[in-house]
Amino acid sequence: MERRTVFEGWLLPVLLVLPQLLLTGFFFLWPAGEAIWSSLIRADPFGLGSTFVGLENFSELFSDPLYVDSIIRTVIFCAAVSLLSMSVALLLAVFADRHIAGRAIYRTLLIWPYAVAPAVSAVLWLFILNPQVGLLGRWLNSRGIAWDYTINGGQAMLMVIVASAWKQVSYNFIFFLAGLQSIPRAVVEAARMDGAKGWHRFRTITFPLLSPTTFFLLVVNLVYAAFDTFGTIYALTHGGPGKDTETLVIKVYRDGVVNLDLGSSSAQSVVLMAGVIALTAIQFRFIGRRTSA
Amino acid sequence: MKRRTVLTGAVALSAAPSLGRAAERTKIVWWHAMTAALGEQVNHLVDAFNRSQDAIEVQAIYKGGYADVLTATIAAFRAGQAPHLAQIFEVGTGSMLAAGKATKQVWELIKETGVGIDPNAYIPAVRGYYSLSDGRMASMPFNSSTAVMWYSKDAFRKAGLDPDKPPATWPEVLKAAETIKSKDAAEIPVTSSWLSWIQLEQYSALHDIPFASKADGFDGLDAQLEINSRAHVRHMQRLLDMAKDGTFKYTGRDNQPDQLLVSGKAGIHFNSSGMRGDMVKSARFDWGEAFLPYDPEIIKSPLNSIIGGASLWTMTAPNRTAEEYKAVAAFLQFIGKPDNDAYWHQHTGYVPVTFGGFQLSQQQGFYDKNPGADLPAKQLTRGTVTNNSRGLRLGRLLEIRNIIYEEMEKAFQGGQTAQQAMDGAVSRGNRVLREFEKSVKS
Amino acid sequence: MSQAIISAPIEHVVPRQRPDWLAHIVLAIGVLLFALPVWLVFAGSTQDSGAITRGELSLLPSLDLSAYPRVLLHGSMGTEPVWHMLLVSGGMALAIALGKIVISILSAYAVVFFRFPFRHAAFWLIFITLMLPVEVRIIPTYSVMANFGLINSFTGLTVPLIASATATLLFRQVFVAIPDELVEAARMDGAGPLRFLRDILIPVSAANIAALFVILFVYGWNQYLWPLLVATDPGLDTIVIGIVKMIGVETQTDWSSVMATAVLALLPPIVVVVLMQRWFVAGLTEGEK
Repeated sequence: MERRTVFEGWLLPVLLVLPQLLLTGFFFLWPAGEAIWSSLIRADPFGLGSTFVGLENFSELFSDPLYVDSIIRTVIFCAAVSLLSMSVALLLAVFADRHIAGRAIYRTLLIWPYAVAPAVSAVLWLFILNPQVGLLGRWLNSRGIAWDYTINGGQAMLMVIVASAWKQVSYNFIFFLAGLQSIPRAVVEAARMDGAKGWHRFRTITFPLLSPTTFFLLVVNLVYAAFDTFGTIYALTHGGPGKDTETLVIKVYRDGVVNLDLGSSSAQSVVLMAGVIALTAIQFRFIGRRTSA
Repeated sequence: MKRRTVLTGAVALSAAPSLGRAAERTKIVWWHAMTAALGEQVNHLVDAFNRSQDAIEVQAIYKGGYADVLTATIAAFRAGQAPHLAQIFEVGTGSMLAAGKATKQVWELIKETGVGIDPNAYIPAVRGYYSLSDGRMASMPFNSSTAVMWYSKDAFRKAGLDPDKPPATWPEVLKAAETIKSKDAAEIPVTSSWLSWIQLEQYSALHDIPFASKADGFDGLDAQLEINSRAHVRHMQRLLDMAKDGTFKYTGRDNQPDQLLVSGKAGIHFNSSGMRGDMVKSARFDWGEAFLPYDPEIIKSPLNSIIGGASLWTMTAPNRTAEEYKAVAAFLQFIGKPDNDAYWHQHTGYVPVTFGGFQLSQQQGFYDKNPGADLPAKQLTRGTVTNNSRGLRLGRLLEIRNIIYEEMEKAFQGGQTAQQAMDGAVSRGNRVLREFEKSVKS
Repeated sequence: MSQAIISAPIEHVVPRQRPDWLAHIVLAIGVLLFALPVWLVFAGSTQDSGAITRGELSLLPSLDLSAYPRVLLHGSMGTEPVWHMLLVSGGMALAIALGKIVISILSAYAVVFFRFPFRHAAFWLIFITLMLPVEVRIIPTYSVMANFGLINSFTGLTVPLIASATATLLFRQVFVAIPDELVEAARMDGAGPLRFLRDILIPVSAANIAALFVILFVYGWNQYLWPLLVATDPGLDTIVIGIVKMIGVETQTDWSSVMATAVLALLPPIVVVVLMQRWFVAGLTEGEK
């Protein structure tokens, strides 16, 4: 995916990209390298002694059927959260882009939830969904719906998907809106004058023109669902009941921070990282092509 | 790096015995996990110490929840900048003991600095959790709680039960639960927070049965779990049967069920004694606190319960001086003094960790004004501590608890029996113990 | 399909005769669903903490706003006063957002508009940083920061967070889609690469920059793990750390204070959102052909 028209020279671009590369080098690549290294050793938490064990941490992971289950569960979770949050956000963005009264207020109210501190939103969901004392949880149980995510794995998964997607809808909304606003008016006008109706216009003109934004959001949403949902899931279910909501990133936390098994959690991170990189590379190759100028 | 050497050089200089510069205080850094009201009490304690003398200044810093404090401490240690004191939860004791030179254990501190800290002043059930198997103290007990049985006197009355005679044995609990259910006296007849800690760990201690071999792990890293014994399985199966009956409801892991306690939704709610503050302040129903029930067929007089909470570990660092360790010891001695221990206990809901603190509270009439507040301490000091009631010394205990939750949740969902759940927990848990053993032996 | 004509982002100003009921309904439902938890926080800040602990959180707020001055001036249970924490968070978030945007525009520009060796590698190196969970990076990153003496400093709070894969990716997507005609026109005008960046690229990316600024500001605003690790001086406490310190574990929580602080914590991001809408988007209708 390249441009045809570019500028000459190499010194300027190298200078421009250097600051970010330096920061990335010191604050990501170096620690990442250490993390990859620690996936190949077995050590005590304080680093007082270590043994090189090669790929043993990895082979232990894959010989554990529960780990493979977690991989499948994570894939399902990521797909569900991304699709749900992106489609809802797109719907809202399309309508918020129209010329209606109070448009600015709607937009502000829809962007606002993104700013709620994670610690607070976790607590809020509990206040809403707890089976005995939550607003919605209590209501559901009083209507005869057996709502109890501490026992019912399906409900627990539903709850974490909804809670995670909720947070992302605002994020996607902001970018879809920006993307819609970047579409030149002349193009939309031309289509309207051609007689194209709303849905048809959306499908043939708007959505294709949105594809740089859509692609960007797809990549970011998948990564968000894989990594940044840790706080939400952990606060709501701790990964339970059983392992029904234990995604790969929860397992990394459990092994790395709770159990101080740094070798295994580093190995899991490497696997997770490799998986997401591969997925993103595939996206770039097949979908990214169609979004170039 | 040059900058670091200059920095640490400066620290070493400033910590050296000052000659004639009386204003130079030795600075001690303490990382803790106490929030809200507890955080306030920590600050109060530290201020009191700082004001009581002018040679040492302790700085108490919140570093996140218990797991975050441990991670931060490890990260700092590896960077050569560990804090002087770190508050580490009780389940991390196994890992901290395996940390070797990274920590300076209390007995070492006493020996090196000569500061007067007497292990015998501490309540055995509390001290034992944090000591070596020969009795030497490794870390300093600080905030300890134990498990009790909270119950709703309102619900008892509604069910026709005597609100001042809570059930003392499990058969009695069953009967009370059935009555509560049949009279619809509470939304949930019986529930429990911290299922693993209360219904397995505490249960084992009370009944003098091992949770794990090798004296619950005190005597060796090669301990094996023994929670699939007949007694344990019977107790778990009993809870499963009650759940099927509707007399017991599983309401989540760890402290997820806590939201129900203060709102009085349960007739009987097993939970930490530390919830007392919340109950006093916010509960709007008539509640009571009672000893944990026991099974008379297994033991005639139940032993002490075990503690939960955290202790203070002294960390080492490359340029830490003898002066600093002396200052740490002085602070540890300070918090163990009867009036400070009593103050902390009375204002937080944690138990007194010293006999002095307990007795002073009695003399001050604290328990007359707050009936029932001495129940946890009484439960901790009853009987004689045995190998099965000293506490647990297992590496990666949190993971073992999580495994137990997973297996029991599957059982509550109807997917397996208690026997299968406990067998599964034992085999998975033993694997974790072996991993831990390997990791610290490298 | 190529964008033959490009213009600065605009509001689609098409006058209609009838109010757009469908849009209002959809948006109103959206607001209800998404703003409900935010409303709850506000409602909770006016209610009694004890009642909330008992699970009696109500959707209807009372008229008691006393929690707000209380936490603003005194914090709650030993935290710093909220106004101070808001300032620290504000400074941090601003520095992070600005830093991230500047660095990413420059990087994306370099990678897209020039051909220099290893440019693909450079992009991917920056990009994969998204994919390593932070929990695994904590311990090694801490020692890097300790080596640089960055522990407990404002620089340490902000600089490590400035590299941004998300922003770089977004700008790359936008820049790749810029029509060739624009570049040719600029070149024929005699504009050098830097003038092209300043006069053409940045205005054209304005809507995205505004969106990114909101996101990155909030990202910096809600940071918890980094500040917790790096800052040892309570004077460097951010508002999120303050909120977490107020939530009691195994002890009473003053919920009305927590929620009042959470509402106050929401205000600066709102200001940012509103300002971004005004400046970048509305003010550029002149650029439209």
